[in-house]
Amino acid sequence: MDYSQFGAMLPELIILGIFLIVFLADTFSPENGKKFLTPMTTVLMLLATVAIWIVPSCGEAVFGGMYVDGPACKAMKCVLNVGAWICMLEAAKWVESDVMYYRKGEFYELILVTLFGMYLMISARHFLLFIIGLESASLPIAALVAYNKDKYESHEAAIKYIITAVFSSAILLTGLSFVYAFSGGSLYFSDIAVQITSGEMSGLLIFALTFVLAGIGFKLSLVPMHLWTADVYQGAPTSVTAYLSVVSKGAAAFAFFIIFVQVFGQVYSAAWEWMLYAVIIATITVGNLFAMRQKNMKRFMAFSSVSQAGYIMLGVMAANQLGMASMMFYILVYVVSNLGAFAVIQMIEDRTGLVSMDDYNGLHKTNPYLAVAMTLAMFSLAGIPPFAGFFSKILIFTSVTSHQNSMALYMLVLIALINTIISLYYYLLVVKAMWISADEPKIGAFKSGKCEKVALTVCVLGIVFLGLVSYVYKYFIDSVGAETLLALN
Amino acid sequence: MDLNILWYLVPSVVMFAAGVYGFVTRKNMIAMLVSLELILNSADLNFVIFNRFLFPDSMEGMVFSLFAIAIAAAETAVAIAIIINIYRAIGSTDIVETNKMKH
Repeated sequence: MDYSQFGAMLPELIILGIFLIVFLADTFSPENGKKFLTPMTTVLMLLATVAIWIVPSCGEAVFGGMYVDGPACKAMKCVLNVGAWICMLEAAKWVESDVMYYRKGEFYELILVTLFGMYLMISARHFLLFIIGLESASLPIAALVAYNKDKYESHEAAIKYIITAVFSSAILLTGLSFVYAFSGGSLYFSDIAVQITSGEMSGLLIFALTFVLAGIGFKLSLVPMHLWTADVYQGAPTSVTAYLSVVSKGAAAFAFFIIFVQVFGQVYSAAWEWMLYAVIIATITVGNLFAMRQKNMKRFMAFSSVSQAGYIMLGVMAANQLGMASMMFYILVYVVSNLGAFAVIQMIEDRTGLVSMDDYNGLHKTNPYLAVAMTLAMFSLAGIPPFAGFFSKILIFTSVTSHQNSMALYMLVLIALINTIISLYYYLLVVKAMWISADEPKIGAFKSGKCEKVALTVCVLGIVFLGLVSYVYKYFIDSVGAETLLALN
Repeated sequence: MDLNILWYLVPSVVMFAAGVYGFVTRKNMIAMLVSLELILNSADLNFVIFNRFLFPDSMEGMVFSLFAIAIAAAETAVAIAIIINIYRAIGSTDIVETNKMKH
């Protein structure tokens, strides 16, 4: 066996290396050495992001074509890595608290393992590797959701998460077993794509596709499969909720795109275009309508993230290079905006234990900087012009209609646009509570920690500048264009 | 008697249906996990059947089902650990009683 193949898996090896360092440091360091764990992990994660970004990928398929790491995969991993890094910074204060002190190493280890699984999901070109990646990305998250041992809500969220996760992977495996019946005896993406041609459409293929879509849709909380989202997001520790809503969702979206375009791209218009069309409309609309009546901030962000998942899926609808690039850009912007909002929610919950929207009344009097950051995050999520969310929405809407000129796709964009206006209402409710409501502020003034300041600054800079700096989007377009192994049209 | 592919596929589909039915109707978390195992096993069975009858030259389906069994075991272990936590917290494994959030 040729061991030099492992050299091609650079991003995975980096994450694995950090995992080992943290694990060894956590196990063998003396008591007072534990306080270096947080700064060490966050600095290593930042270095890892830079390293993955700078070191050119070899761009060839290794392990018999099971694993591919081209420029586009590298860019996706960078986006996820940035998300995980910001999540760790936001969690730092919570991790350093007394209850968590002896378990903080495990928190970082579990996050790193899930990140490793997500990398495998993105780079896999064989269903076996994909399933292994998917499971190692979703099982440790169940442990993370149950991390607040002394809080009942955490357990309830964890049982809801693990049962839906196992059910979804069972459904996905059943779907894959029927895909295998078509595959000509191989589970490589490329081999299956050759076997499935648009000429012979059978009921069994549609059946299998529905199961695969439902299985991955669970992870993304697309609408018929979204019912776990609100409870899990509410009960989980807030830093885990942030991780779940951004990084986990982003990885599932990338994998969804790669599988549906690479494996089932041949039967796009014959089999799954209208399935996805209906799912997207339902996701955006239902997410929006339910978000309006939420009073708990974490539940509110849960439904907001359901509707954002619908917008992300618009990139899959495009199913071409432009779609992939806009999806990457959308997810990067979503990472900074959503994590910006979660940073504020987390800080306030950490200091005061308040998570209701009414508690935010008059926040600008006591904590003006937090109020500004939250406002920018809400503007970006809603897509108000100079901020990044506006550009990401424009680009993903343009990409939908880029490959064919059909009335139905224009209708889809119109519905998404109307939903953007609806979403403006509930995002602005938070802004109204913070700036306009005349009540006495319930949240006293407090100082934020160093890590939280860094996280919030990165998020705010991202929200303000990501849309204006056209280099970012161009980088994604170029990286997708350079990825010959992605097999996009 | 000629044992063709249907003799194996029908039990697999029955297992799948029983699993989904059990998952939807059972109130006990352990019983729900058992139902989930039924679904997972029916998927594994499918892989083995398709491999044996459709593509006897390769082993990919068999290998896949081996990995799927290992992954299912890991899933069950995590789920059982969480169920034990719940039992310690509320003294019951009834899924109906875990409804304290909602608001």
